Amino acid sequence: MALTGLDIFKLLPKTNCKKCGYLTCLAFAMALANGKSSVDACPELSAEARETLSSAAEPPIRSVNIGSGEKIVKVGGETELFRHDKRFNHPVAIAVAVNDNEDVEAKIDKINSLSFERVGQHYEVDMVALMNTSGDAAVFKEAAVKAAAGTDKNFILVTRDTLAMEAALQVLGPRKPLLYAADGDNYAEMTELAKAHGCALAVRAGDLHALAELTAKVIALGYRELVLDPGAQDSSRILADLTQLRRLAVRKKFRPFAYPVITFTTKEDPAEEMMQIASATAKYADIIVVRTDRAEYLLPALTLRENIYADPQKPVAVEPGLYAVGDAGEHSPVYCTTNFSLTYFLVEGEVSATRIPSYILSVDTNGTSVLTAYADNKFTAETIARAMEEYGLEQKVGHKNIVIPGAVAVLKGKLEEESGWNVIVGPREASGIQKFAKLHFS
Amino acid sequence: MVVEIYKEKYRGQIREVVLGATGAEGGTRSHTITVGGETTLPFLHFEGKIPNRPVVAMEVWDIVPEDWPAGLKEYFADVLNDPAAWAKKCVDVYGADLIALYFKSADPEIRDASASECVATLKKVLEAVGVPLIVYGCGNAEKDNLIIGPLAEAAEGENLLLGGAELDNYRSIAAAAMAYKHSLIAQSPIDINIAKQLNILISEMSAGLLGRIVMDPTIAALGYGLEYSYSIMERARLGALNGDKMLAMPMIGNVGHEVWNKKEAAVSASEEPGWGEQAERSMAWEAVTAMALLHSGMDILVMRHPGAVRLIKKSIDDLMKENSYATT
Ligand code: B12
Ligand code: SF4
Repeated sequence: MALTGLDIFKLLPKTNCKKCGYLTCLAFAMALANGKSSVDACPELSAEARETLSSAAEPPIRSVNIGSGEKIVKVGGETELFRHDKRFNHPVAIAVAVNDNEDVEAKIDKINSLSFERVGQHYEVDMVALMNTSGDAAVFKEAAVKAAAGTDKNFILVTRDTLAMEAALQVLGPRKPLLYAADGDNYAEMTELAKAHGCALAVRAGDLHALAELTAKVIALGYRELVLDPGAQDSSRILADLTQLRRLAVRKKFRPFAYPVITFTTKEDPAEEMMQIASATAKYADIIVVRTDRAEYLLPALTLRENIYADPQKPVAVEPGLYAVGDAGEHSPVYCTTNFSLTYFLVEGEVSATRIPSYILSVDTNGTSVLTAYADNKFTAETIARAMEEYGLEQKVGHKNIVIPGAVAVLKGKLEEESGWNVIVGPREASGIQKFAKLHFS
Repeated sequence: MVVEIYKEKYRGQIREVVLGATGAEGGTRSHTITVGGETTLPFLHFEGKIPNRPVVAMEVWDIVPEDWPAGLKEYFADVLNDPAAWAKKCVDVYGADLIALYFKSADPEIRDASASECVATLKKVLEAVGVPLIVYGCGNAEKDNLIIGPLAEAAEGENLLLGGAELDNYRSIAAAAMAYKHSLIAQSPIDINIAKQLNILISEMSAGLLGRIVMDPTIAALGYGLEYSYSIMERARLGALNGDKMLAMPMIGNVGHEVWNKKEAAVSASEEPGWGEQAERSMAWEAVTAMALLHSGMDILVMRHPGAVRLIKKSIDDLMKENSYATT
């Protein structure tokens, strides 16, 4: 909970010594409350006041980095419980588990191949969770060697055995993996390893109470790059624990829980596992470790992540205008749609797949979908006709045919009147465009 | 260290709505189904009551659904031209809690079937299954106004859930529900104010309807605007729990209807090699859409694919498990 200027003022020495650069302690308090100064600017603070102020200034949940390089994974940093209040910060990271005693190279190849193009976006699995399933440090290290060579994805090293962890870190240390996990027995050594290698450390306990206790112990050792695992196994308990962790951190500023959260799926069946991923994506996981490597189950899960973490305030829009798809010229077909990014890219993807060079007229609808814009009078015969003129359609093509979305077939007559063009009603779904184009334009 | 479990103290409760009626209650259903009654957000058993589990209705049409992808139709291949047999298969084989019957044949552009033809079909379906029924018209508002009365009358006392009362034509459906003792769906275009206004208008027609409204805030498919419906529903549910009685209705959504015309359900693995197997992917698309909507407060999921139904029912089983914290 943020402190007000007055709350802060009460903690200050009230000597008005001006060392902070402000004329009075009160002025400094106000500046601090507004984020215009920092706690350190007052050299006269008591240690206790400093502690209170700096922890109040910290975000409710720490943002933690895992890995290195371009694909560094940022998790945590969340400030909300509900996506409609404000955009969630860092999308939940998905890690696929690889057992050290399976064919590591083959599995890594499979994981590398899990990347999807959808509506102008690129989705992929974020991390590899290397599991010390064998229980043998040498096997774990050997697997780390193969995995490191096989992928540029970041890693989670999963073992409670500090010797195995150390062995794998000899290989993967420079790539700053997440170390999973410190428990009641090994936390001192694990914390040392995390510190020494500058890696984030997962803390795992059997329930929330034990987790708070253990996290406090690790913090007492002076380490805060942490990720929490309450150890829940079944879906209902996972939901409850993840909800508590998020609420206590955000609403209560409960410091032991001010860290991102990791959870593991527990279902054997990959489809049921996907449902667990979906559930944890909607409700408060920051990292999910999964076993499945099947595209048909991961694509929906990653799409859900895209949806949950989308900005609730402003829809993603493309610049309205006339877009050439391929080497379009005067004979090219013209399709018309809105400037909602999702709508535009669905159409663009299909138009491009027709392999017929074409134009897409993206009408300014304030980034709304076809029917939303239609219902809101932003996608009408008038607005389309105006866009046709504004973007100089007539100068680009030597014909007068324009395709409109099937959902707004009713606009045909009016648009023909307004524009003097021949209006062709296209299919209702963009996915029908390829077939439609074959019929009309080839 | 003892962590103090954080429990919200909500003031509101979602209204319970009973669907169907048994012989003793003036209908012929083998059992009724109750939805709603929650005093907390979905599956947070640790802080409130969730007396009724979310339920799954499966779609049955009175015409053959030509547009459904082959991989979906194959599950119903033997029954697609017989709504009664289709409904029975959904209940007996695929575990549907309810049947959502669509009178597509009434559409003037399809077969323009008469009210009496629709009534005959409704009777056959009522006979074939014992579960409560949801009944939708064809989507053409004028025509639906003509068939809804006769359908409601023919099934008097069955407590059907009548589909599709919208702001500009709720009166005929509400009147039919009132006269023949049915419940109804109040449908609003993902706008919380319209949803609320419609609930008020319907309950003003008759206070007796208040406990018979299920709201449909309009949903979208995964990857096609789902996040908007997710948030509208979540906000409506929070509003209700915080005491807004005119938002405290159980919610329903046509998941299958949104999902099955989307590309992810329709294209083969050879067309989109990166997207995995079509059969599993399409089913997964429906199941994940449903999962997200469960978390935003949906009480009745209307679905199509038996595999997706199985998955979501399994997930509901899992999430209905008690998750209270031991008191120390
Ligand atoms: C999300 C949503 C919203 C969001 C807006 C999101 C956005 N950025 O657009 C919000 C909540 C803001 C919203 C608001 C409203 N909405 Co709205 N909304 C929806 C919803 C649920 C999904 C829309 C969506 O994102 N679809 C996905 C996109 C990709 O679809 P699309 O743009 O249509 O594109 C597809 C096809 O049209 C086709 N296509 C697109 N372009 C082209 C081009 C060519 C050439 C071809 C061939 C094909 C093609 O391909 C795409 C994929 O297949 C729909 C219901 C539904 N389930 O569809 C209602 C819906 C569109 N909304 C509706 C209404 C009425 C409204 C409001 C007027 C309600 C109100 N009074 O408040 C407002 C108006 C806007 C405003 N004033 O803010 C109605 C429209 C009714 C109608 N038939 O006219 C709908 C259909 C709901 C309903 N059943 O009543 N809405
Ligand atoms: S330095 Fe500290 S004590 Fe001095 S005026 Fe500023 S706030 Fe007050």
